[in-house]
Amino acid sequence: MKLDQFKPLTVYTIYIASTPEKVWEALTSAEFSRKYFSGFAVEMEPKLGGRFIVRAPDGSEHIRGEVFEYDPPNKLTVSWNVNWPDLVEKLGSTLVTYEIETAGEAVRLTMSERHDRALNDDILSGGRTGWPAILSGLKSLLETGKAPQIKMSPPAKMLEALKAMGIKTP
Amino acid sequence: MSKPEFVYVTYIETTPEKLWEALTSSAFTRQYWFGAEVRSDWKLGSPFALLLDGEVTDSGEILESDPPRRLSYSFKHHKFEELRSEPVSRVVFTIEPFGSLVRLTVLHDGFVEGGKYLGAVSNGWPAILSGLKSLLERGQVLAIPRTALNKGFDAK
Repeated sequence: MKLDQFKPLTVYTIYIASTPEKVWEALTSAEFSRKYFSGFAVEMEPKLGGRFIVRAPDGSEHIRGEVFEYDPPNKLTVSWNVNWPDLVEKLGSTLVTYEIETAGEAVRLTMSERHDRALNDDILSGGRTGWPAILSGLKSLLETGKAPQIKMSPPAKMLEALKAMGIKTP
Repeated sequence: MSKPEFVYVTYIETTPEKLWEALTSSAFTRQYWFGAEVRSDWKLGSPFALLLDGEVTDSGEILESDPPRRLSYSFKHHKFEELRSEPVSRVVFTIEPFGSLVRLTVLHDGFVEGGKYLGAVSNGWPAILSGLKSLLERGQVLAIPRTALNKGFDAK
């Protein structure tokens, strides 16, 4: 897979009163992610080429991917493929890159969701709805010690757009 | 192709009323908006100004005012010469209760294709709104250098 063929179609930046190491840990460990990511568990083999999984609260694999860039605590790129039938065949792989930089006494976290083809806004609305909720929760967790419950469901327009492409959704 | 606009969504543990106050009171904005003060009576058609160190950096008028749900003003930049030729833009704040939280959506649009202003705005809002969230949730802002606002264009 050629990383430079993947262009950022959704970017979200957030500043967090924390350290790069803690932000990295919060992004890559199940113990943290369950608290801010609606009970989903991030399981990552901490090495280049390692396995990357996001497990739903019922234990099923919701997202499966691989580690493509591994530079703790500065940069991480993983493939982020939602486990719905035919999704990857029709949309191609999704890459997610986290860049973590110090900004004064805060940390700037930039999430880029990258794709190797143009996708319409309805398809992209899933990430554009989800990332602000996930990363708002992560910020609250690191700054206040508790994560708010932000209940998200896939946007109807995304599910319709996927169905129109012949992708089976739950 | 999407039209050039910036959209940012954040979830804040607060009430719509407190968030409205934080967006419209200089006592709050000074803390999270890198020292900037907002000046308006927030009535439809009234003038709006943003001041930094006593100097008006941006101005416009109130386009929508429905406390504590929706606020919109036009936004014309004056400070940096590179940005002065850009057209008048528009900012819309939408405040919605979301369970025990509040969802804030900031839309900034009215940019020209290939202009510099969108880049500046895209760098500024995440820093400002991250500070706003911290202020409302933990009573304390983030110490982010002001240069975070200018990242993305060469402000002199």
